[in-house]
This record gives sequence, structure tokens and C-alpha cells, in this order.
Amino acid sequence: MKKITILTLALAVLSGGAFAAGDAAPLPHQHWHFSGYKGTYDQAAMQRGLKVYREVCSACHSLDLVSFRNFEALGYDEAQVKNIAAEYTVIDGPDDDGEMFERPARPSDRFPSPYANKKAAVAANGAFPPDLSLITKARHHGPDYVYALLTGYGPAEHGVEVPEGKYYNKYFAGHVISMAPPLMDGQVSYEDGSPETLEQYAYDIVNFLTWAADPYMEERKRTGIKVILFLLAFAGVMFAYKKKIWADQH
Amino acid sequence: MGSGNREKFDNPVVEWVDSRLPVFTLLKAEYGVFPTPKNFNYFWNFGAIAMVMLITMILTGIFLAMSYNPSTAGAFESVERIMRDVNGGWLLRYMHANGASFFFIAVYIHIFRGMYYGSYKQPREILWILGVVIFLLMMATAFMGYVLPWGQMSYWGATVITNLFSAVPVVGDAIVTLLWGGFSVDNPTLNRFFALHYLMPFVIFAVVFLHVWALHVTGSNNPTGVEPKTKKDTLPFHPYYTIKDSFGVLLFLALYSAFVFFAPDSLGHPDNYIPADPLVTPAHIVPEWYFLPFYAMLRAITFPVGIPFTDIVFIEAKLGGVLVMFGSIALLFALPFLDKHPIRSARYRPLFRPAIILFLLNFIFLGYVGSQSADATLFGLPLSIFGLAATAVYYGFFIVLIPLLNKYEEGRELPPSIHESVLEAQQKSKAPEAA
Repeated sequence: MKKITILTLALAVLSGGAFAAGDAAPLPHQHWHFSGYKGTYDQAAMQRGLKVYREVCSACHSLDLVSFRNFEALGYDEAQVKNIAAEYTVIDGPDDDGEMFERPARPSDRFPSPYANKKAAVAANGAFPPDLSLITKARHHGPDYVYALLTGYGPAEHGVEVPEGKYYNKYFAGHVISMAPPLMDGQVSYEDGSPETLEQYAYDIVNFLTWAADPYMEERKRTGIKVILFLLAFAGVMFAYKKKIWADQH
Repeated sequence: MGSGNREKFDNPVVEWVDSRLPVFTLLKAEYGVFPTPKNFNYFWNFGAIAMVMLITMILTGIFLAMSYNPSTAGAFESVERIMRDVNGGWLLRYMHANGASFFFIAVYIHIFRGMYYGSYKQPREILWILGVVIFLLMMATAFMGYVLPWGQMSYWGATVITNLFSAVPVVGDAIVTLLWGGFSVDNPTLNRFFALHYLMPFVIFAVVFLHVWALHVTGSNNPTGVEPKTKKDTLPFHPYYTIKDSFGVLLFLALYSAFVFFAPDSLGHPDNYIPADPLVTPAHIVPEWYFLPFYAMLRAITFPVGIPFTDIVFIEAKLGGVLVMFGSIALLFALPFLDKHPIRSARYRPLFRPAIILFLLNFIFLGYVGSQSADATLFGLPLSIFGLAATAVYYGFFIVLIPLLNKYEEGRELPPSIHESVLEAQQKSKAPEAA
């Protein structure tokens, strides 16, 4: 049976049945601190983004690929990272008696998941809340998409029927999303005086998640500038040398 | 490779080795004094560039394999571990992922250069055929490599492409089961793809060796397509072309680096950052960009072939698409035997030259068609019509146009020798200064 489904599907794809992605609105583009060839991460925004993630998103969304130790990249020192980790409980074991046990998380632990498994996550939410570790890489124009999605809730338009327990979102494919509007003004308190608005929260969480998806971006760009300058300079030397060698032929 | 008339080396160590195993004599003959036409343009750099990319892919690939876990449960996570926890892992993986694209860029330019300047013609048929074998092996290797991260596109791409073989009459289903190692794309599939993905580059390397061997028997073609006649027509490979190739390779690497360091995910599909899920089908299943023209030809056949007005069908639409796709590569194999025109270079063929440029544009257009969803439209018409037309143009170039040109095309006058053509070009470029 499964085979037939796959065959039908392959045929559908081949013979012109690629599924339409839904007519989501075009994404508005934001100015990100991390864009451009010299772009870097905004540490203050990432720290605020982590706060939003911990207080809001992490209730449903896991961050499986990020360990507490990675938070040093957000500007926290070792002791602060230890303290953040200690606020969480993880299951370890088995111990010498063969029992699993709970203990406070250590910096080397991954960020704990809100659900024991995927089925539990679906059962609690009606749909699977995707892991956020790679979300900004896993969508076209990821950072703009996440920002737009978080700020794109509103009353249904274009005659879209929104079933009970679902929500209308301008930027979601098909417009009907299972996630309730997760953020609203004043929901998370900031200590650094940044505005406590939906837009600011969305901006901060995108900064945090972009880092989570691409933690080596700054090092990558710094290395890239050196590598390309080296290659171009070396190519220049080779070009001059080539001119010299070929001089007797021209 | 014989050591019959070997010249002595001054260095005693080199001489000691060479008199027992003449590797230094071989190197000198094939890469030192090897007579090479002196009129190469920069299109002749892409052989060396492709070689550098192959070596880059093999080296980065070996180090990636050290940290990769070929299981459905661990593949995706192990790739992310490489990206996050392996020292320099992000660099290795981005070099490898973008390296595939840039290897294909180099090879596509290399192939087109061969077509434009008639490098496939007598006596270089085997050289050309070995090149097409390399291209085919590269496609298989790249396809299996794209499956390894076990993201959504990996899984669904593998499902769609392996299912193509089920279109083969009688043995199709058996082939698919063999490819899968079971009854769906699953752990055994990933395991065998990893094993083959690791093996194939070394097969490619061996065929590249034969390709270079064949090249060194016939010697290189050149932009005039006129064979070297005297010593005046050639230069020793070293230092003239070693240095020119170095320059070209470095520029190419700079462009490659721009992608590796500043747009490393731009050539991939975002869906491949979602772990494979057999229960969720991506909105669009698209292959990597370098397969798009062939993907378009695969999708171009949307109708069965049979006797009109009856229910008799000889070829189902799916099989038709598969045949057309593989046939497009079979035509490349046949090219040396289809094109009998005595003139090699498009420079001296007033009709072939625009035709081959149109062929290139048509191929790029096929790539565009392949990148769009199958229900897309262009100028208000279904895109599939354009796909079919462009496929017809691709085939028509080989089986209609080339035989016609064999018969009717009159070439321009060829230069008497490479040397003369170089002198003429130099005089032309100096003339305005004198005037």
C-alpha cells in the first residue's frame, strides 16, 4: 500500500502535480544586524531573544541542537551559563541501581525539550511545533519569515475560513496556523529598557534563533574576507608572473 | 611509460629513483615539456579547475566521513554536529556542499568548450566519451551525496529519483527494491548510498586518469581546431600553462570562496534543514540546480506513446520521461559520431556557431523550466509546453541539425597553422595602435 502511495506521489511530481505552497503574502524585508558581508550578531538582542525563548517559545518548541555551553557566545560568562543551566532539570542515568534520575542541567547538556517525544508534542498542540534550532535556515528568507510570522496575526482576510482552535496568519502557507499568537506587547519584561513591544520581541527572537541556526557566522565571514583577499592577491601575483613568462610569445 | 630512451637527471637521488621507476621522466614528458598548442584561451583552464575541485571534494569528503553517521536516526544530527562541534566542521561541510556546485560549474563550462571547439571530433572520440562517463558518474555521486544529510529534500529527492527506475519494463520493481535495500527509502538505502558515495569519487578519479591519458595521446584541441603542425605551433606545458592554469584556478577558487563564506546555503534548498519525515511531503520537490535541465526533460513527457485512437500504449508517460532524460545523455556519447563535419572549431563554422550558442541558451532555459513547479505558466501558457519544446530543440540539435550541417554547411577558410592564426590576431590587435 505504502509503495503504491509513493509511486502515485512520484508520478504526481513527475507529471505535473507539484503541490502549491499556498498563497502566503510576500515577506517584508527587515534590516538585520547580521546581514551583509561584515554583519555580526547583536549580543544584547540575542540575550533578550533568549529571555523571550525561555519564557514563551520554549513552552512548546524544542531547541535540540543548542547546548547551554553555547550561550557563552551570547556574552554570558561561565558562571552565568552555569546558573542558567541549573534552572533546568534533565533526566540522566541509569545510575548504579539501574534507575533513571533527575538532576539540574549542566552547561554540557542540550537545552531540554518541552515534550518527551514528537507524539506528545502533537497531542498537546494539535500540530507539531517544529524544533527551532535551524528554523531560520529551514525557511526561505528565514529571519524575515520568522519575524513576519510572529507579527502576521490578525483577523481572517480574503474569505479564508479559520476552524475552531486555529488562527489566521498572513505569512503562513495556507494562512491557517495552529500556533496561537505567541507574543503580545508587554508580555516579557526587559531589564535594559528596550521597548516591550511585539515588534521588539520578534526582532530579538529572530536574532537569537539566527545565531542558534548559524553559530559560526561571524567566524565564517571574518575567515572569508581573509581567504578571498589572499586568493585575489595570489591570483594577481600569478597574473603578473604569467605576463612575464608569456612576454616572449606576444 | 617505458624507460627506453630516458635522459639522465643531474640530481643523484632523482636519477637513482628514475632509473628504477621512471616517474620523473614521465612527469617531465607529460607535464614538463609536453607540447601544447600555444593559442589556448581561458576556456582551456576548466580542465585543471575541475581537477582541483575533484581533489577538494575528495579531501573534504574524507574528513566529513570521519564524523558522519549513516543511519536514519543519526545522519541529520551528525551533520549538525559537524557544523557545530567538529573543529572547522562548518568549513569542511560548506566547502563540500558548495564544492559540488562549483565542480559542476567547471565541468559544464569544460563540456561546452569541448562542444564549441569540436574537441570531440576524430581523433578525440574516446577522450570525449570518457569525459561523458565522468559527467554521468558525477551526477550519480552528487545525487547520492545530497541524500546523506537526510533532510526533507534528501529523502523525497531520493524517493522520486529511485522510483524512476520502476518505469523500466519487467525488471523495474526489482531494480528499485535493490536500490532501496527494502521496500521504501530507509536505513539500508542511506547505508548503501553512503558506501557508494564514498566509492564513486575514486572511480571518477580512475576515469579522469584515463581521460588525461587519452588527452596526452592525441594532444589538446585548440581554438582554431587546426592540429599543430610544427614546433612553432606549440609551447611546453610548463611553465606556460602551469602558470596560466594557476591564475585561472585561483580566480575560480575566489568565486567559490565567496559562496562558501558569504552565501553558503544559497545553492541548497531550505527544506533540507528539516529532518527527513516520510509522512510530510515538501511543497515542491526540486533537485539541485545542476540537475534542473535534465529534470525538465524528465517532466516534459506527460503523455503516453501508442497507436492513436486506440488504447494500445507502447510507452507509458513515466517511462517516456525516463527515456528522454537518459537519451539526452546518450546523445552526448553519440556526438562524435553524429557530427561528421570536417571543421572542428565553431569559429570557422558560420551556421554551427549560432546553433551551438542557441543550444546553450536552450539548455539554460530547460534549467529554468526544471526549477519551476510543474503547474507553472509562462506568457499565459502552461510551462510544460515550453519544457516539451525545449526538449525537442535539445534533441533536434543532435539528430536533425547536426546531420543537416554535415551535408550543407560550408566552413570558412581555416588558418594554415596555429602559429599563423596567432600572428594574424596579434597584427590585428596592434593595427589600431599603429594607425
